[in-house]
Amino acid sequence: MADSHLTTATAKGFPVAEAHAEEKSLWAGGIHGWLFTVDHKRLGILYICSGLFFFLVAGVMAALIRLQLMWPRAEIIEPEVFNRFFTMHGTTMVFLVGMPIIAGMANYLVPLQIGTRDMAFPRLNAFGFWIFFFGSLLLYFSYIGAPGLYNKGSAPDVGWFAYAPLTSRAFSKGTSTDYWALSILLTGIGSIATAINVIVTAFCLRCKGMTLMRMPLFVWMSIVMAFLMILALPALSAAQIMLLLDRYLGAAFFDTQAGGSATIWMHFFWIFGHPEVYILIMPGFAAASEIIPVFSRKPIFGYPIMVAASVAIAFLSLGVWAHHMFTIGLPPLGNTFFAFATMVIAVPTGIKIFNWLGTMWGGKIRLQTPMLFCIAFLFQFLIAGLTGIMLAVTPFDWQLHDSYFVVAHFHYVLIGGLLFAIFATIYYWYPKATGRMLSETLGKWHFWVFMIGFNLTFGPQHIAGILGMPRRIYTYDAGRGWEIWNQLSSIGVIFQAIGLLFFVYNLVWALYRGKKAGDDPWDAWTLEWTTTSPPPDYNFETDPVVNSRRPLWDIKHPNDPDWHHDDPEMFRKSAKTSQHP
Amino acid sequence: MPRPFIQSRRLLSRLTGMLVLIAPSIAFGQAPETASNGVVHAKQNIFVPMSAAAEEVLGVSWLVTGICTAIFAIVAGLLTYAIIKFRSKPGEERLEPPQIYGSFQIELAWTIIPIMIVFLLALVTARTIGTVQARQIPADAVKIKVIGRQWWWEIHYLSADGKTTEMITANELHVPVNKVTHLYLQSADVVHAFWVPALAGKTDLIPNHTNEMWIEPNTLGTFLGNCAEYCGTQHANMLLRVVVDDQAGYDKWLAAQKAPPVEDTAVAAGKDTFFRTSCINCHAVDGTIAKGVFGPDLTHMMSRQTIAAGVAPLNKETLREWLRDPQEMKHGNLMPNMQLTEKELDDITEYLASLK
Amino acid sequence: MQTSIPDTSDIVEWKLPSKRKVGMACLITTETALFCIFVVAYIYNIDKSFIGPYPLDILTKPWLASFFLLSSSVTIYFAEVAFHKDNIGVFRFWWGITILFGAIFLAFTAYEWYEFIYHHGLTISTNLFGATFYSLVGLHASHVIVGLGLLTTVFVFSLLGKVDKAAHEERLMMISWYWHFVDAIWIIVFTVVYVIGLGKLHQ
Repeated sequence: MADSHLTTATAKGFPVAEAHAEEKSLWAGGIHGWLFTVDHKRLGILYICSGLFFFLVAGVMAALIRLQLMWPRAEIIEPEVFNRFFTMHGTTMVFLVGMPIIAGMANYLVPLQIGTRDMAFPRLNAFGFWIFFFGSLLLYFSYIGAPGLYNKGSAPDVGWFAYAPLTSRAFSKGTSTDYWALSILLTGIGSIATAINVIVTAFCLRCKGMTLMRMPLFVWMSIVMAFLMILALPALSAAQIMLLLDRYLGAAFFDTQAGGSATIWMHFFWIFGHPEVYILIMPGFAAASEIIPVFSRKPIFGYPIMVAASVAIAFLSLGVWAHHMFTIGLPPLGNTFFAFATMVIAVPTGIKIFNWLGTMWGGKIRLQTPMLFCIAFLFQFLIAGLTGIMLAVTPFDWQLHDSYFVVAHFHYVLIGGLLFAIFATIYYWYPKATGRMLSETLGKWHFWVFMIGFNLTFGPQHIAGILGMPRRIYTYDAGRGWEIWNQLSSIGVIFQAIGLLFFVYNLVWALYRGKKAGDDPWDAWTLEWTTTSPPPDYNFETDPVVNSRRPLWDIKHPNDPDWHHDDPEMFRKSAKTSQHP
Repeated sequence: MPRPFIQSRRLLSRLTGMLVLIAPSIAFGQAPETASNGVVHAKQNIFVPMSAAAEEVLGVSWLVTGICTAIFAIVAGLLTYAIIKFRSKPGEERLEPPQIYGSFQIELAWTIIPIMIVFLLALVTARTIGTVQARQIPADAVKIKVIGRQWWWEIHYLSADGKTTEMITANELHVPVNKVTHLYLQSADVVHAFWVPALAGKTDLIPNHTNEMWIEPNTLGTFLGNCAEYCGTQHANMLLRVVVDDQAGYDKWLAAQKAPPVEDTAVAAGKDTFFRTSCINCHAVDGTIAKGVFGPDLTHMMSRQTIAAGVAPLNKETLREWLRDPQEMKHGNLMPNMQLTEKELDDITEYLASLK
Repeated sequence: MQTSIPDTSDIVEWKLPSKRKVGMACLITTETALFCIFVVAYIYNIDKSFIGPYPLDILTKPWLASFFLLSSSVTIYFAEVAFHKDNIGVFRFWWGITILFGAIFLAFTAYEWYEFIYHHGLTISTNLFGATFYSLVGLHASHVIVGLGLLTTVFVFSLLGKVDKAAHEERLMMISWYWHFVDAIWIIVFTVVYVIGLGKLHQ
């Protein structure tokens, strides 16, 4: 046994040159090749690039928001403009950054990891991307189009949650809210198309031998994400259709003057909105579950439990939405139920964190950039999870709700958790997608500067919330004890911006100057590392066959293959029948 | 835009200002001191409650904060230990560690322990929800209806049976100390939320729906609060003050508020202008033909500490500035610029300033 | 590279579910979620209208329309059976009957709406009943229209002789799944709008 662990990584026990596909240049086919592509890899890259673009746009808005809040009673940004900024920032980050990037990750990686040649419905895939893309443009077109007709303000300013009746025609004149509803309706259709595609691909196109319990965890969690999408997104779409009926045809779903209800919008929105959080974070879990094992040189600890925990989180997340509504005067029983349901989610989430810890325990941890981002992800997501438990305690939430504590909490989830995992993803799979390595030096600069900036920005916001600072205010008076925390928070933005400069420079630099990656730069174990970087159109020269969760480990360590552990009976049989090298 | 209490954008003066702000007595600019003991609780902390309602939730808040801090310390400690201990050392890059796939016992342990913690927290949470939400409110509680409006607070003092409105004021809630005040929360337009951190957690004001909450302050002074649910352009300037007074001071205030407005012949010109222009379409002054319901009641407006729901301290200068162009002081608010002449401005300011 | 993996797998036949079936199942799931929200909105708003007309004033249970729609689920099944036996003539007959029944259902809905709008003055903006009724029933009717479009397309192609068993059996099955789904949703809509919605007012 012990000997097998000494196998050198260079002895990648498979003949690379023989069954090798032609790598495909990123630039093959020119512009046409990108615009008309139905290749899952190109669509994945398109998704991620447009997500990153909107990330920068919404990031600039966030920086301006922080500039305005740096001093009490500052007069840098008008209140209307500020309200548009936080609405567009939130809407963009969730629907135009988070959703496309996770869709892109699933698109790029799921077919490669299950050893198939494309998504199940390639044209539906292209449709999904383009409807998302034009939907995004429609949202931003509001800056130009919305004032045109009525001259009543431009971009949406009702918050990303668009609570009724602030969105009714009485309180939101002009067309900005219509832009919000229509564009998000469109991107939602794109997301559902992608979700269906991911589910069908993962269930119906797995390569020979890849049973459900041998799928990489990334694929499992992508399936869970996709299921949540098809279950939760329609709630938002339905509510948006009702809102548009209200605004255009004079229906009264949310018109409180005509007997409509403000709270039913909240219910519909959060029936979508809470699962949405798990839709967004699930790919973060997925990336961490792939990267942490490879850089700890151990298989994921407790694979079946990880799968079960993901499914459990998804189920539970459908039944906790009203914890966003503890202040609307729910009856005590409702408050107790939703508090309890929310706390229960902490159990499977905790199991995940412990399993990642268990994976690292006893490993040989390589602190390269993808792993650094994953480690920061673990710490920051731990904080986010724990503040989440604090918010789940209904009486405590009566105080913390809609305060800066909540702002800090969900930025720890979505930046500290998801974005760090996305960075890890990009550092880890960029070599596969482009054929070149990102610079480790620039990567480490990016990591440290951004990590410090992130914590400096959002750490102090916990305290501002505890001191009573509400969300979504464009200014505040001096003397309420919030100044220093806001200033620290705003200073953190500078660090984040510098960190991002390193990242963007690294992305562009590595495309031309990065070290050649080769097929398997990280000495990893899943199927995407068996093909060229970047992979050809058809991904694999021959259809792969797998015997375990880590097919490349089996090849590299023929004396101690994974299926030895997975399925002792199969091991005995193979030992009898063949003496492989 | 407002002429704020403290206004400077130079960083240096900010930083020195910050040092001064650490002194606890610094509060809300030069806000007039009308609270019984003059203390303005501008700085609040949800862990330092000054009302029974906020105290009730303190126990479970500390409990969950303590538990979460302990979990963080343990898990973060283990993570740090793992990262340091199991780092790949130079020269070992080619070695693979023993491949461990999982352990049923360990998984079971870190499933069951969190379940127990969750169970404990859920029980304490349920009990606290009960004590706050199901509290029997004494019959002699002060009953006040608070109506959220874009972007100010309309406050109705109700009769002892809670059925009729006895007096209407705005933006400033006066309540007696050590006594339960029962709040009925409504909204005239969009969703708002009532939040004074030291007194109680927040409750939403929802149109077409009445919410209830209660406070029982135990400290004298003026407490600052905010609207805590985004409600449109001036959500940030929908500020709220709760003045906690002793019973005698409160009774005196209430009697003064219920009294008819002061008649001062010296301001007849202003009064005349006020009634001639469209002010009365939105504002009310008791005992006159001004019965508007869209804006704040002005009967005793000068008894209030601030103008425009907390944008500036209320005095003749800010009042005149407000009348000259409300959109300048609080951009986007629903009071239009009345295009008053200088003379009209002077007169109306004088008249309103007489409404003590 | 696969050559170096020991061929230890005893998988003789590697069978995976059909793409179309899983895809259609997902589509039906997500559509069901969409209908759920409209159903909840309907139930939540029963008895909340400030002004009439109220359901009790004007709603009558559309038994006949329901009969035609639900029967069309049976006729499409007959069509499928015939197609499976490669009996194109019989297939065309039942498929055509399905389209006819679907169209009759739509005609009933259209007539109901016409009555409501022109004779009872109920539009989507009249009251909450109008808003929830037209949105829920309308959402269902729009699904019937999409279904009829799919059915008609197949019918036209079969008349042109371009539908054959080997290539299209599973595709037709998917259209039939969708049609069954539309029918099943009608049972829910019927229960909510014409049973629960009317029952509550009687109390």
